[in-house]
Amino acid sequence: MKRSRFPILLTAAVMAFFYLPILLLVANSFNPARFSSRWQGFSLVWYARLFESPEVWQALKNTLLIAVSVTAVSVVLGTAAAFALHRYGSSRLQRLHFTLIFQPLVVPEILMGISLLMFFVAAGVPLGLFTIFLAHVTFCVSYVAMTVLGRLQDFDFSVVEAARDLGASPWQSTRRVLLPMLMPGIVAGALLAFTLSVDDFVITFFVAGPGSTTLPLRIYSMIKFGAPPMINALSTLLLAVTLTAVLVSQRLLRLKR
Amino acid sequence: MGSNLLFSKKSRFDPILAKRRKAEWLVSLPTLVWLGLFVVVPTFLVFVIAFRPSNPYGGIGAGWTLDTIRALATPSYLAIAWRTLWISLLTTVICLLLAVPAGYTIARAPAKWRNRLLLLVIVPFWTSFLVRVFAWKSLLHPEGMVKGALEALGLVGPETTLLYNPAAVVLVMVYTFLPFTILPVYAAAEKFDFRLVEAARDLGAGPFQSFRRVFLPGIRRAIQTAFLVVFIPSLGSYIIPDLVGGPGSEMLGNKIAQRVFTDRNLPHASALSAVLVLALLAPLVAVLALQRKNKKSDIIMGEAP
Repeated sequence: MKRSRFPILLTAAVMAFFYLPILLLVANSFNPARFSSRWQGFSLVWYARLFESPEVWQALKNTLLIAVSVTAVSVVLGTAAAFALHRYGSSRLQRLHFTLIFQPLVVPEILMGISLLMFFVAAGVPLGLFTIFLAHVTFCVSYVAMTVLGRLQDFDFSVVEAARDLGASPWQSTRRVLLPMLMPGIVAGALLAFTLSVDDFVITFFVAGPGSTTLPLRIYSMIKFGAPPMINALSTLLLAVTLTAVLVSQRLLRLKR
Repeated sequence: MGSNLLFSKKSRFDPILAKRRKAEWLVSLPTLVWLGLFVVVPTFLVFVIAFRPSNPYGGIGAGWTLDTIRALATPSYLAIAWRTLWISLLTTVICLLLAVPAGYTIARAPAKWRNRLLLLVIVPFWTSFLVRVFAWKSLLHPEGMVKGALEALGLVGPETTLLYNPAAVVLVMVYTFLPFTILPVYAAAEKFDFRLVEAARDLGAGPFQSFRRVFLPGIRRAIQTAFLVVFIPSLGSYIIPDLVGGPGSEMLGNKIAQRVFTDRNLPHASALSAVLVLALLAPLVAVLALQRKNKKSDIIMGEAP
């Protein structure tokens, strides 16, 4: 039977549409010309400029500080939440729990940003690294919970029960049986939380204060106030970090199949 | 019947159940408290602050007022609300038109190719949103490659600007939201029984007819989900119109940001955000109602939901 070629051609076009802009941006970060239309040979001049900038180093430090602490907290909260959702899924409390966890996944970022800003202003919390941390944990928890929940769904709880029957305490069976088996899901969730925190712009923009500039905020002000070739270099570095995280987490999630 | 009475729910205290309840609360409490504090309370605050006056220091004044709500009914806001709506709808429709054939192709591809293609769809989801928007900004820039290519082909003159108009906003929005649309369509297409399409073809339907009359109704729920995952964030777009749109393509999100960062008028920003929340609820409730209705008819038709 003859199948139409149209969907295949269209899919190829969609893939080109996804990747050409990113590839051109990466290529241009090695182009010494000020404007992208002319290729003037391979050069690392923009990367050198980037590393000379103290603002970029400060932004990198802030970004990593936030991302690491956000990842640590949201992994603990998200894993506990996923466990509760899976174990007690049918109860009324868990239905409420699920609705709450689902919220940050569907609400547009600008609404989360503005509502958190109102909250911090009303509560008198000074805006800065700490408010960015609180805001990031709020959306990262949901992503971690969903990733771990996916892993829990094909987990066989009789293994934990077997450990209990053989005399393990609840704590022992959790630490020695449940957690190691969930580890790939937890690590994938952690990587997701880390990249989401490193990448977030909109929510961070609303809850940031003086002196708490992160890399995306830095990129944004560079776009707004002009410094194009340096943004290409900075964007390429950011892409390299996030792509490494995707590949690692894909590998980890593939292990279960 | 006596034993039934003994174990019925009326026997008030069941130590095993109580222990289970306690454990459930213990593991759920941290996220319940965190999300209650940082999601529920702030959302509620947005609606409250919309009724408070602003103060000259960029904060929230004392007392209550309806002035902010009244100020929303001006023609300039209505124009922006209308633009937000049509840009979002157009983006959603284009995304669906591209996602359905793409999701179909990926689902029908040989297993080896399927995983690779799927990874290619997922990767943009992980790459920085801001970087992707910037990539387009530099492509559409007067000195950028797209402009250069179109000029070389004689399609546009040297004075045409590709940036700072609603078309650029729609293009970049489609670019950023398309992966979210392909994934649910693919997930449904992968479970779809393609023998139904073959049967339709055997019975004389053309390729397009069998696609439209058999495949599309089969993945109806995924299309509704895809609609929501594009339309809702589209309505709240802010960076895309901010970076590639001009003053003539501002959306509701830009106005909210302006009220916060330029005017320092938080009550006004709250009132606009409250409007946005209400605007999001409409399509959400509509699709949920539709899916509930479909579920019923699926059961009547003997299909598993």
